[in-house]
Amino acid sequence: MTALLESLQTAFAGSAQSRQALDEAVAIGLPGPRSEQWKYTSLRALSARHFAAPASTLATINADTRKTIAAIPAPRIVFVNGVFDPENSALTNLPAGLNIQSNNVKAPVEDSRFAAAHEIFAKLNTAIASKGLQIELSKATGDPIRLHAVFVSLNSGHDLAIAYRHNIVLGENAKLDLIEHHISQDAHQHLSNHLCDIALHDGAELTHARIQQDDAGASQFLRTEAALQTHATYRRLDLELGAHLSRHDLQISLLGDGANVHANGSLIASGRRHIDTRLDIRHIAKNTSCHLLWRGLANERGRAVFHGGILIEKGADGTTAHLSNKNLLLSDNAEIDTQPVLVIHADEVTASHGATVGRLDAGHLFYLRARGIPEAQAKAMLTNAFCKETLQVLANDELVGLVAPHLEKMLQSTEVQA
Amino acid sequence: MLKIENLHVRVAGKEILKGLSLEVKAGEVHAIMGPNGAGKSTLGNVLSGREGYEVVEGSVTYQGKNLLELEPEERAAEGVFLAFQYPVEIPGVNNTYFLRSALNAQKKYRGEPEVDSMQFLKLVREKLSVLHLKDELLHRAVNEGFSGGEKKRNEIFQLALLEPKLAILDETDSGLDIDALKAVADGVNLMRSPERAFLVITHYQRLLDYIKPDVVHVLADGRIVESGGPELALELEAHGYSWVKDRVAP
Repeated sequence: MTALLESLQTAFAGSAQSRQALDEAVAIGLPGPRSEQWKYTSLRALSARHFAAPASTLATINADTRKTIAAIPAPRIVFVNGVFDPENSALTNLPAGLNIQSNNVKAPVEDSRFAAAHEIFAKLNTAIASKGLQIELSKATGDPIRLHAVFVSLNSGHDLAIAYRHNIVLGENAKLDLIEHHISQDAHQHLSNHLCDIALHDGAELTHARIQQDDAGASQFLRTEAALQTHATYRRLDLELGAHLSRHDLQISLLGDGANVHANGSLIASGRRHIDTRLDIRHIAKNTSCHLLWRGLANERGRAVFHGGILIEKGADGTTAHLSNKNLLLSDNAEIDTQPVLVIHADEVTASHGATVGRLDAGHLFYLRARGIPEAQAKAMLTNAFCKETLQVLANDELVGLVAPHLEKMLQSTEVQA
Repeated sequence: MLKIENLHVRVAGKEILKGLSLEVKAGEVHAIMGPNGAGKSTLGNVLSGREGYEVVEGSVTYQGKNLLELEPEERAAEGVFLAFQYPVEIPGVNNTYFLRSALNAQKKYRGEPEVDSMQFLKLVREKLSVLHLKDELLHRAVNEGFSGGEKKRNEIFQLALLEPKLAILDETDSGLDIDALKAVADGVNLMRSPERAFLVITHYQRLLDYIKPDVVHVLADGRIVESGGPELALELEAHGYSWVKDRVAP
């Protein structure tokens, strides 16, 4: 029994179905250090806290937040503390075939995928989330359609548990560029819980950049499950720049022949932040590929945890799988835990994986300084280059240009450069 | 310009330079030759301020200043340039951005106005054409994917752009074919001036066919054991370094 789960039980005692799922969650409890999936991320402090349900009325965002949002010009859907914000969204004149909703109407409360104890946050999500991003793009278009999804959190006097359930479906040969942006207007300690299901049908292409810039007191839990059909392509970038605790479970199943995933991410664990990303890439069909490039940085008392799991199932012949995880450890009090895991049951597989943890390269640093660049500036240049390597996954200079400033701004902050 | 007196340097606890003395005046080109392990690269590294080189005795005075007290970036801004024997590849750092940062950092240190991107581009084009380099090299990351010859030419390009007062070439000729060697030498010769001095560190006499030194020194076992005119290099080429080793007092 934990305070966290009991507070949710009280706060979200809505439908009978929700109650049942919450009762089950309370009975299961939160996973502890003996759980393989939670070994490096402790939920102890969080389990003792209480969270309230968000108000159903919309909170108003300020001019600064509006300005940040407007910097990315695209059709837009905005949520504030779990509530859809129609005024700041821009959903008129959407391209044909694109359907966007803010209410979760389809996804069931009961979801057998999340029965295991370590899936407790996804289970909680199915019990309490009523809002979220519902995107359906049915039509094939020439150029990709761009969409900006914004999740603003702001202080409301209580610590809130905010749950979003997202469903993204791309029909045959449909193309979407999605920028998912999590920002915080002021200091808060909310818990946000996202569950994102993505279905890419034959030949569909999704380019998906997630910028997580929540407040340094916030806790974020996200489970993503993507299913890729024949020749579908998923390009994904995760920039983990904020939150006190951010955990992402990213599961991608390559179900159709020739499906590809390119998933990169930068985990910036500075200050006292704890960033944990778990990949679970499943090659099921033939001739599928994954290219995974992840960079971690830990400074001050930050901690970055990375698990890179790739499973190549029996019959997934002709698979190509590459994982690179490099980490920069910039302080003695920071910590990085990395674990690449490659399991192969198929034939004719090309696979590689590697993980390193180190300091800035002394030879690189000296080369820059020997040309007159002061040490602090040289270090910043090298740190920047290291963390920005992931951006190439977007394969589109315009998209990179929209996303990069957020990473750059974070890298310039004193807690990274200290 | 540069005065080294009785310099003793330890690397990983082992004494490599054992009382090296050398004086270089503005406008002069000095060649430092010597066998492997004599301490040639140690000299270049200690002058440019690389970590791990412990000066246990002696002094280095550069334009009246104690060079050894300065940080590597201060030495660079004061006009000391090391052309690296092994230029490193720095993925993700764009060559143009790197060069402009370096030039402006030096200018800032010296209290000179910094150059904007237009001025910089003009300057770069000018230097590239003089050295017959492709400007495609600017768009790549620093030295990334460069051939051995391109890396060395990029070093000379940086030399041309930063216009140092004292240029130290650390075995810039190693690993170069004859065409690349000529290109490098041409670049250096263009930079020769009465205000600028060169310290050309090399294992082979070959480079000195193209860069004519004023003085040739032989470095063996951590000291200068012989100094002379350009003819000394030819003698070394004819007799080999064993000829010098025999002359070093035990």
